[in-house]
Amino acid sequence: MTMPATLKRVLPQLIALLVILALNTAIAPGFLDIAYANGRLYGSLIDILNRGAPVALLAIGMTLVIATRGIDLSVGAVMAICGAVAAALITSDHSLPATILMTLGVGILCGLWNGALVAFLGIQPIIATLILMVAGRGIAQLITEGVILTFNVPGLIFVGSGSVFGLPFPVILWVVLGIAATLIFRTTALGLLVEAIGINRRASALAGIGTSALLLAVYAASGLCAAVAGIVAAADIRGADANNAGLWLELDAILAVVVGGNSLMGGRFSIAGSLIGAMIIQSVNTGILLAGFPPEFNLVIKAAIIVVILVVQSPASHTLFAFVKNRPGRTIGAPTPAAKTKEEAAR
Amino acid sequence: MARSEPLLRAEGVTKEFFGVTALSNVDFELAAGEIHALVGENGAGKSTLIKILTGAYRRDRGKITLEGEPVDPADVKDAQKLGIGTVYQEVNLLPNLTVAENLFLGREPKRFGLTSHREANRRSREILSQYGLDIDVTAVLATYSVAVRQIVAIARAVDLSGKVLILDEPTASLDAAEVTRLFAILEGLKARGLGIVFITHFFDQVYRIADRVTILRNGQKVATRPIEGLERLELVSMMLGRELKEQEAHAAEPVDYSRKPVIASFQGIGKRGRIAPFDLTMHAGEVVGVAGLLGSGRTETAELMFGIAQPDEGRISVDGSPVSFSSPREAIRHGFGFCPEDRKLDGIVEDLSVRENVILALQARRGWAKPLSRKEQEEIADRYIAALDIRTSDREKPIKFLSGGNQQKVILARWLATDPRLLILDEPTRGIDVGAHAEIIRLIGELRERGMSLLVISSELEELVAYATRVRVLADRRHTGELEAGAITPDTIMRAIAAGEDETPGDRGGQGRATEIMAEGAA
Repeated sequence: MTMPATLKRVLPQLIALLVILALNTAIAPGFLDIAYANGRLYGSLIDILNRGAPVALLAIGMTLVIATRGIDLSVGAVMAICGAVAAALITSDHSLPATILMTLGVGILCGLWNGALVAFLGIQPIIATLILMVAGRGIAQLITEGVILTFNVPGLIFVGSGSVFGLPFPVILWVVLGIAATLIFRTTALGLLVEAIGINRRASALAGIGTSALLLAVYAASGLCAAVAGIVAAADIRGADANNAGLWLELDAILAVVVGGNSLMGGRFSIAGSLIGAMIIQSVNTGILLAGFPPEFNLVIKAAIIVVILVVQSPASHTLFAFVKNRPGRTIGAPTPAAKTKEEAAR
Repeated sequence: MARSEPLLRAEGVTKEFFGVTALSNVDFELAAGEIHALVGENGAGKSTLIKILTGAYRRDRGKITLEGEPVDPADVKDAQKLGIGTVYQEVNLLPNLTVAENLFLGREPKRFGLTSHREANRRSREILSQYGLDIDVTAVLATYSVAVRQIVAIARAVDLSGKVLILDEPTASLDAAEVTRLFAILEGLKARGLGIVFITHFFDQVYRIADRVTILRNGQKVATRPIEGLERLELVSMMLGRELKEQEAHAAEPVDYSRKPVIASFQGIGKRGRIAPFDLTMHAGEVVGVAGLLGSGRTETAELMFGIAQPDEGRISVDGSPVSFSSPREAIRHGFGFCPEDRKLDGIVEDLSVRENVILALQARRGWAKPLSRKEQEEIADRYIAALDIRTSDREKPIKFLSGGNQQKVILARWLATDPRLLILDEPTRGIDVGAHAEIIRLIGELRERGMSLLVISSELEELVAYATRVRVLADRRHTGELEAGAITPDTIMRAIAAGEDETPGDRGGQGRATEIMAEGAA
C-alpha cells in the first residue's frame, strides 16, 4: 500500500469531514479556536477528538469484524461489562496495572465467546453477538450489584480525563490503537487473509487459510477495543454505570465503519476510513449542539446528514461522477439509473 | 431463413468497462422463426452482447431495432415489455414459490382486487401444457429438476415477451434426454415465429438446432454464417482466430509406477454415506484420471484426500509416515493442492485482484506473520500470468472481471505457486473455452513430466485418454475399477463405468479386491 493509494481511498471521507467542519464554523464562529491552558489544549475541535474516542475505539474492532462479513452488536454491552469490572477491581484495592490488564482480558474473553459462536457453531454473526448484547448489561449489573460503582483513583481517572502532550488521553489512545491495528494488519498478511475470508470464506478455507482462528482473533480484537472504550467511558465519569455505559454505541460504531466507506458485505477495509467516519459522526453531534436546535431535532438532523453522506458514497453516485467526469461522444441521451437515483435524492 | 426485415437488429454496438472494450462495433441480426447460435471463447463478448440486448447493460454506442423500430431498453423489465425475454444458465426464478406463482410473479391475475390463485393455477396449467409439461403447478418450484425449472423459465419468458427469446447456456446442467426435450420445445417456439438466440459451448448442439451462427472473438464479430455447409473445423478456427492443429489425443506410454517414488498413499479410507473405503497410491510423475457418472463419488474421493471431509476409517501416509488431515490446511502443509469443481463458489475470491488470488494459498501456507513482499507478489503473479497465458489487462484487476477460463488458470496458478507435489483437479476444463481447454490439457502433461503427481476428475472421456496414465473408475459411490495405460480409451472407460453401475450395491464385500478384478478385466 503506497501512501497516495491510502489517501485516495479515504478522500471522500476527508472531504465529508471538512464540509461538516466548515458548516460548524459557519454556525459557530469560534469553532476553530484552540486555546492552551493548564498544560492542555481546549476548543471545539479538541472536544470532537475527545468525545468521539469511544466510538472511534469501537470502530477499529468493528471494521475488522465487518471485513469478515460479520458484525458485532455486543460492543456496547461489553463496554458496560468492562467498565463494571474495572470499577469493581480498583475499588477492591487491586493495583492499576492489574485492573487494566484483567479488564482487557475480560474484553478479549467476551470477543472470544462471540468468535467461537460464529467460527465453530456457524451462528450468524448478528444473532451470535445479539446474545451478549442482551446478556451483557445484565452481567454488568450483577458485577456492580445494581448501583453506580464510583471510584476515586487518580491513575484510572487519568485514562478518561488526563492529557499527554496537551492532548486528552482518550485521543492518544484511539490514535495509537488505530495506527497499531493498521500496522499489524497491513504489514503482515492478516489484512489480506481477513479480506479473503470476508469475500469468500469457503474458497479461503480451501486455499488453506485458517478461517476459524482468524475469525476468533478478529472478534477478540473487537472485544479488546470495546474493553478500552469501556475503561475510557468509566474513567470519564469516575464510575461504572451498567445501564448507560456504551448504550447504543454499537450502532454508532457500525455507522462509523459504513460512513468510512467500508462495505457491510465484507472484504476490502480501511481502519483510517472508519476513524474518520467516527469523527464525522462526532462533528455532526457537536455541530447540532452548537447550532442550538431544539434537542428533539437532533436525531432527525443527524440522520439526514448521514443519508447525504451515504448517498454521495454510494456506487450509484460513483457511476454518475464517472459519467460526468469523462463524458465521451455518447449517442444515448436517456439518464443512467445512477442519475435517476440522484435526482430522486435531490427532491 | 433470413428475411429482408430482421426481427431484431443491432448495429455497431460498442461497450466499454473502465476503459476496456468488451464489445466493439458489433452487428447482429435475428430473423423471426430462426434459432441463432452465439458462440465464442469466454471473454469474447457473448454475455455483454445479450445483456445489452436485454437492457441489463447500456451500450455506449450503436443502434438496436426491433421489427424495424429503434428501441432502447432501459432495463430488463423494459426489454420484456418490448418483447425480448431471457433465460439465464442459473435459472432466474424463485425456488421457494410455486410453479404458478413463478409464472405469474409480478402480474398475478386479480379477482376483486385480490390475487386469484385458482385463475393463476388454471392458466399455468394451460401454458405449461403447450410445452408438454403436465406437473402440479401448486407445488414449490424447488421440488422439480433443473430441466423442469428451465422449461418453466422459458414458458414465463415467452409468455411475458413473445418475440425474442434469449437463452444463455441453457443446456449446461441438463442430461442428454433433457436436452432433446428442450430442443423439441425450441423447435416448437421457432415454428410459432419467435426469434431465438442460443448461447452454448457445445458444438454438436449448434449443429443440431441452430439455423445460423454468429461468432464473436475479443469483443468483435468474426462472422455470421448459415450452419448448413459450415465445416466444424472452420467454426473452431474462427472462434480461436487461428488454424487449429489436430488435437493430440493419444494415450500416455505405459510406465511402471511401482518403481517411481510414492508421494502419498491412502489405505481403506472411506466415509459412510459419501464414499465406500478405497485404496489409492499416488506416485510422482503420474496422472490418475477419475471417471464416473455424476454422483458416483468422484468429488467425495477428492474431499477425503484433501482433508475437506474426514474419513471414518483407513490410513493416510505421506512419504511413508502416517498423517491425518483435519482440514485442507494440513493437507496443503504436506504439499497437496486442490482445484475445486465449482470455481465461483469454492475457487475465486471475487473482489481480490489477480495478484492476490495467485498468492493466496502460498501466503496462507507461510502464515500471516511472514508476508510476501509486494515485489515478491508481483513477480509470482507476473510469472504465472505469462506462463499460463492468463488474459487480463492488469494483474491488479479483480478476478471477477476475468472470463471463466482465465479464472480457472488463476486458480491453477494459485496452486502451482505453492509448488505442490500432489495436485487434485476437479473438472478443470468445465465451462471454459476451447483455447484455454487445450492449454490446460497441455499443462497437465507438463506438470506430470516435471514429476508432480496429479489426480484429475473429469467427465470428458477423450480428455482423460489424452493425459491419464491410469484411470480410476467410480460407480455408485465406490471405486469399482482401474484402467492401466495402454488400455485407456473412451470406450473402455465407458464400459468400466457401466460394469460398475451394474454391480448390486448390496454386494460390498472386499472393496480392494473389486479394484484388482476390474483392472484385470479391462486389460
